[in-house]
Amino acid sequence: MPEWPLWEVFVRPRRGLSHTHVGSLHAPDAALALRNARDLFTRRQEGVSIWVVPAAAITASSPDEKDSFFDPAADKVYRHPTFYEVPDGVQHL
Amino acid sequence: MYGNDFAAPGGELLDQVADAERELRAAADRSVRGGSDEETYFTELVAADQKIEPRDWMPDGYRKTLIRQIAQHAHSEIIGMQPEANWLTRAPTLKRKAILLAKVQDEAGHGLYLYAAAETLGVSRDTLYDLLLAGRQKYSSIFNYPTLSWADVGAIGWLVDGAAIVNQVPLCRCSYGPYARAMIRICKEESFHQRQGYEILYTLAHGTPGQKEMAQDAVDRWWYPSLAMFGPPDTDSTHSAQSMAWKIKRFSNDDLRQRFVDMCAQQATVLGLTIPDPDLRWNPDRGAYDYTAPDYAELMEVIRGNGPCNRARMANRRAAHEDGAWVREAAAAYAAKHAAPAAPTAEAVHA
Repeated sequence: MPEWPLWEVFVRPRRGLSHTHVGSLHAPDAALALRNARDLFTRRQEGVSIWVVPAAAITASSPDEKDSFFDPAADKVYRHPTFYEVPDGVQHL
Repeated sequence: MYGNDFAAPGGELLDQVADAERELRAAADRSVRGGSDEETYFTELVAADQKIEPRDWMPDGYRKTLIRQIAQHAHSEIIGMQPEANWLTRAPTLKRKAILLAKVQDEAGHGLYLYAAAETLGVSRDTLYDLLLAGRQKYSSIFNYPTLSWADVGAIGWLVDGAAIVNQVPLCRCSYGPYARAMIRICKEESFHQRQGYEILYTLAHGTPGQKEMAQDAVDRWWYPSLAMFGPPDTDSTHSAQSMAWKIKRFSNDDLRQRFVDMCAQQATVLGLTIPDPDLRWNPDRGAYDYTAPDYAELMEVIRGNGPCNRARMANRRAAHEDGAWVREAAAAYAAKHAAPAAPTAEAVHA
């Protein structure tokens, strides 16, 4: 029998926080993936909401491109507030 | 005496795990030059205590070592459910039974975290499972000893889980990200296991003379097998040096064993039980307890498959796997029948 598909599990720990990746599991369908995720990752009330996503549906950036892919952000220091000179005496800026 | 990396007994365990988690974040902020080639980059990441992630380049040996170690660890969690499950239906009270059920369920969960971590290295869980069932991958030899009385459940919690914790807390700092993260989860959950075992033994040791005798008998039988859980002595350990260099392993077998002995010596006095080692005594020169080493020839014999319960454990595991086949087939058939052909809508995603 072929192996059950792999699902990535994301849990929202508390209201106000984003869902965070916590791990993965195998399940035959989404409903069982959700129930298994509940039993596996929230036995101690670690979450208030769970997402399960088929691992095959995720497109990831490649670590081989770690330089070329993220480099365009490196030469735009003006995107950070620390780039700007603040004249003496100005308040609330 | 060893620096700050060890789990101390009791409440400090969680502090050590929290430290590992904090260090994981701090290390990620240290810049790594991004070496000229992939192997240099790997070496620099490990040197900077940063984590290696699943799709990073890694040496074949690193990948193989991790798969072997994580798989063995996962198998141990799954097989390790059996000795305690032996007492689930005969726990002395409903409270003890509920606690033991929760503990055994945790072990199943720990096995699943670990299989998932191993899968990130490119091996499937079914493959690992087949290797276990075929006897080609091992699990911890400790689970080949029988649980003869209720006190054994206490001794397993105190000694076996205690030894496992001493082994596992340093793994929270392992260089491979998914393994380190799984170990942080596991150690956080594991902290109740050791205490529940200690509480069982404490209760028995302060009960009737017969109960105390039962507790002492369990400690007598589990002490040396627990010492053997740290593996062969450093002089005979085949995998250690490379694993230390790769920061998969942080401390030697003998260092960890010593730490465990030092913890237990104090905890045994509070229990009012005796560790079955006439040569156990404090050595002020070393700042540690001298102790009698376990019988490593026996350890090797158990690893070879000739412990008291090897065959029963594997037979149970195979039977559970085969008897559960219809459940897996039914779930797969149900999923196939109800597979939704429609593509998900935008609203569906933001549930």
